[in-house]
Amino acid sequence: MKAFTTLTSTAAALTHHDRLMANVDTDMIIPKQFLKTTEREGLSQGLFYELKTRADGSPDPDFVLNKPAFQSAGILIAGENFGCGSSREHAPWALLDQGITCVIAPSFADIFHNNCYKNGILPIALPYEVCAALAEQAGGANHKFTVDLERQIITSPDGEEIHFDVDEGRKASLLEGLDDIGLTLTAEETIATFEKGRKATTPWLEPATS
Amino acid sequence: MAGKTLYDKIWDSHTVHTDQATGDALLYIDLHLIHEVTTPQAFAGLKTEKRAVRRPELTLAVADHNTPTENQALGLEGVKDEAARNQLSALTRNVAEYGIEFFPMGDPRNGIVHVVGPEQGRTQPGMTIVCGDSHTSTHGAFGALAHGIGTSEVEHVLATQTLRTRKSKNMAIEVSGELREGVTAKDLALHLIAIIGTAGGTGHVMEYRGSAIEKLSMEGRMTLCNLSIEGGARAGLIAPDETTFDYMKGRPSAPKGAAWEMATQYWRTLKSDPDAHWDSVIEIRGEDVEPTVTWGTSPEQAIPVSATIPNPETMRDPVKKAAAERALEYMGLEAGAPIAGTPVQRVFIGSCTNSRIEDLRAAAKVAENSKVADGVRAMIVPGSGLVRAQAEAEGLDKVFTEAGFEWREPGCSMCLGMNPDILAPGERCASTSNRNFEGRQGRGGRTHLMSPTLAARAAITGVIG
Repeated sequence: MKAFTTLTSTAAALTHHDRLMANVDTDMIIPKQFLKTTEREGLSQGLFYELKTRADGSPDPDFVLNKPAFQSAGILIAGENFGCGSSREHAPWALLDQGITCVIAPSFADIFHNNCYKNGILPIALPYEVCAALAEQAGGANHKFTVDLERQIITSPDGEEIHFDVDEGRKASLLEGLDDIGLTLTAEETIATFEKGRKATTPWLEPATS
Repeated sequence: MAGKTLYDKIWDSHTVHTDQATGDALLYIDLHLIHEVTTPQAFAGLKTEKRAVRRPELTLAVADHNTPTENQALGLEGVKDEAARNQLSALTRNVAEYGIEFFPMGDPRNGIVHVVGPEQGRTQPGMTIVCGDSHTSTHGAFGALAHGIGTSEVEHVLATQTLRTRKSKNMAIEVSGELREGVTAKDLALHLIAIIGTAGGTGHVMEYRGSAIEKLSMEGRMTLCNLSIEGGARAGLIAPDETTFDYMKGRPSAPKGAAWEMATQYWRTLKSDPDAHWDSVIEIRGEDVEPTVTWGTSPEQAIPVSATIPNPETMRDPVKKAAAERALEYMGLEAGAPIAGTPVQRVFIGSCTNSRIEDLRAAAKVAENSKVADGVRAMIVPGSGLVRAQAEAEGLDKVFTEAGFEWREPGCSMCLGMNPDILAPGERCASTSNRNFEGRQGRGGRTHLMSPTLAARAAITGVIG
């Protein structure tokens, strides 16, 4: 996993009728027809497919990520309960493939939130009013934001510094780009000991074939 | 010191290690269910790192998400969609390489992963169960801690048989009294989600409790726990009881003989202590639940079938108001109009929520001696090959086909439309599935979630009601 330390980038805001969109679900982030891949790469073509294309498949110029100013945005700003629905990790993979490594929203759904950390994406939860204020600055002339994970500070285009909270353990993993599996395998003996105890106390959980 | 909840007990008995600094726990996983869509990248990761599958025998694979619901006997050659075929072939290769048990498409034991696990007796009380699918919460009906995970976590579980995770909070859903005649677990679930919202259970494990829950069949309990994720909770739980044990006894992978006695003795201890601490409690009177349908594009946008479509103008919460405006526009519905009488063009009875034998019996009861309305295409997709065979043994397939329903082969099918079963733009569907998100069943498709009884009625009358 690639580490996340600092990010300086433009930000794209997902809005509907002048409000940050709430409940952006994973079907919306990447619809089902793009899940039939055996790769992690190339999924940006499906990112927000039904929002970014018209029914005939042509790009919708009004969709934020189709606008030249936001095409290379590394930050996404959205409304409450972002990433609800399916567990598909294709959602963070599609964001990553698009170059988005930070999502700012008032709240996140559990599985998506977890999947972000496994892919070097930083989800930042801030009150709706703060997200909305950041979204307003996203369209300004000098519209680059800086996200500094070590300091837990977002510097807005207006130069305002906004503190955000992040779990210490998650922060350490992101900063170092740690491989979870490698880390767990160092506890192999502890797992093996647990398995012995499990076999003794709940023997029926061992399949008859083993 | 306060007592423990059922969730606390399962958590404690499966914690291999807790990192005191970060709060990260390593949770041992008793059963890992896998399918074709969320595993290819996990197996590829194992190969790249030259890692083994630690406990292949604690892993079970099925093909369900993108399998066609006809001509399954043709095998992979019968799968016309090349990308889907490629994913199914990858699973076939991977399970062979790592020695994982697999029920391939066409095997009578194959079906939707959350139907197969319980049906085979692989799902057992007190277990920890994960799968790269959010509806893994279904297995909580047996008093197992079960939830969806992402593909990186699938790889982690394959390699280590553990999950690196954090403990959730405890939420009690107390349902007193009993559900009225004709009201199902699906209605109860939609009723609950309408109250708490799709983020209401975020960060929590829900335990469903109370007399109305105790009276539910295992099928009903699975439907209810299945929809926990739609209320934002990763997992739902119901304490195991005699209903659970009766369902399990004699299933292929259920413990036998002395092991059964030992297991049931342990399973009887799996309940929350009377003095357990709950972080939040929701109380519902069973009698208050009515047959319920969704009108919008979120499972929380649900109302009694006798009610009128809500008016966004009267909503104080700006989030709900904006969502309702967008939903009405997408669904092509008018605020203030009765939901009953809304015409449908499609009916889908199936999915991990409602494709078990009891669901098909309920639908058949409505379909018997009736005809599917003109202009309606109605599909029945059993949850597994064994459910299909059971229904055929009971003659339900005849009831359906004579009424004009299509009798299909098992799989996830139109619940998520990864296979050829999808809605055309603007088509309205009465569906027993779990998500009515924009485009979920096909771009521009309009989904109304409901019970099998209501969906079958919509097929016969051509309208919701």
